[in-house]
Amino acid sequence: MDAREQSFAGPPPYQAVGRHAVMPETSHDEAARFNFLANLNKYLSSALLPGVKRAYEQRAKPRFVAEHGRLPQHRREVRELMAQESAYQNWSALRRSTMECRQQAGRAVVLRQLDRLNRTAAALNQDSPRLHLQPDFAVPRYVAAVDHHCMPGGYTGELAADDVSAPANYDVGIFATTGGALGRYSDGGGRALVSWLQEAHPDFRPRRILDIGCGLGHNTLPLAQAFPDAEVVAVDVAAPMLRYAHARARSLGVSNVRFVQANAEHLDEADQSFDLIVSCMVLHETSRTAIEKLFGETRRLLAPGGMVLHVEQPQYHGMDVFEQFLRDWDAFNNNEPFWTTMHDMDLRALAVRHGFASEQTFETGVRAANDDSLFPPSDVRKEDYGRAAAWYVFGARA
Amino acid sequence: MSTIDRIALANAKAKGRRPYFFEHPEAERVLNITMAVMQELAVTRERLDTLERLLESKGVLARAEIEAYAPDRPAAQQRADAHQELIGRCLRILQQEVEALHDAPQAAATADELASS
Repeated sequence: MDAREQSFAGPPPYQAVGRHAVMPETSHDEAARFNFLANLNKYLSSALLPGVKRAYEQRAKPRFVAEHGRLPQHRREVRELMAQESAYQNWSALRRSTMECRQQAGRAVVLRQLDRLNRTAAALNQDSPRLHLQPDFAVPRYVAAVDHHCMPGGYTGELAADDVSAPANYDVGIFATTGGALGRYSDGGGRALVSWLQEAHPDFRPRRILDIGCGLGHNTLPLAQAFPDAEVVAVDVAAPMLRYAHARARSLGVSNVRFVQANAEHLDEADQSFDLIVSCMVLHETSRTAIEKLFGETRRLLAPGGMVLHVEQPQYHGMDVFEQFLRDWDAFNNNEPFWTTMHDMDLRALAVRHGFASEQTFETGVRAANDDSLFPPSDVRKEDYGRAAAWYVFGARA
Repeated sequence: MSTIDRIALANAKAKGRRPYFFEHPEAERVLNITMAVMQELAVTRERLDTLERLLESKGVLARAEIEAYAPDRPAAQQRADAHQELIGRCLRILQQEVEALHDAPQAAATADELASS
């Protein structure tokens, strides 16, 4: 018997993705497009990426050693070497192409039904005490000036009144990028945090939770559901994301989250007013100035005994230069301009600079624990350097 | 109803410089078009698969019948014609490059003559 027939080895079918009121509808062919892209991503990481490593070990590295009499010592040297390798060129060109295809596919789904989506979200959001938007809000440049991971229009782009096109596109297509590894509701990051908290700190009962850069709230809701008695404040700078997040949460029956348009560098909240502060894949989309302010603000807001948890991809310190080079791909090729700087930062020193005690900071790893047999468990997935459902957490206690 | 150009907007470019990985950008251009065609082929195959499964589940046909299907002579001819038509349409440039080998000297002379006439 073929090993493939014994267990389901592919990405789950798009039809398994969780639905809610503002999730765009997909036709048969639109779903098939995402199925193709999920499988193409799997092919790139399982069939072509090993060739990139081999080209480095067998060709590029020996070439460098012959020329310089030493091993490459910096990812920049690796990048210059690998730019000439066809295995890298092919993998990169296809990876970029796949990102662009995914954006096109998602936007095509969303834009044909945009009026209905905007109306549905508006109806769910109308007069809600749990959605706070500011019409004259100043979006920070690190968000406004960049179309992160090649999303045309970025997080803040608006094509119509009450627009939710950006988050709807994000939501409908993230399956294709992650091959379903984030779970039915693409909330693997949030669920991973909850699992870790329940295991490492079973008695921790936060009363107030702050989620920084909540986006469409997919990682906020697992926390809100795990701590139903807590008041969750989810902040983001992008109005479209918050409109969608609030409508999505309401449709999914989660009512203990307030979605607030605010810059987490300075929040209108009292000192020591949160027991748990989290961010999920947000730090790398900020800036050097912003991250300093964020750490200062989280220190001010954290209640005694409270905890800050930043979910990210691993920091570069101590990492092999070839792996650094691979993980840095998104910085150069997927519109993540702060990615490199952020992953080079010493987060512990940053935390200490802003008043956290060094011995109260920690680093750990978390993984998405999926609950649906249709989805592959995250620990059998091959590492895909920024795409797998496993993360690094930088934490600090007050 | 909003009046957005949904086709152009769906295909819109993200801000920022687009990286090219190959020495010749035209190779990357062709690759990207080819990948989009590959995607659409995959989509069509998935649709056919859905169709076959539904037809089978409703008892309209057994999929084994599709595998065992043998066209009669007229059907075989129509299918061969369809293959030739598709191949010719997709590989048009190769055919035209072959034609150019034959008429290039003459075509250049004619073009020069007409340009100066």
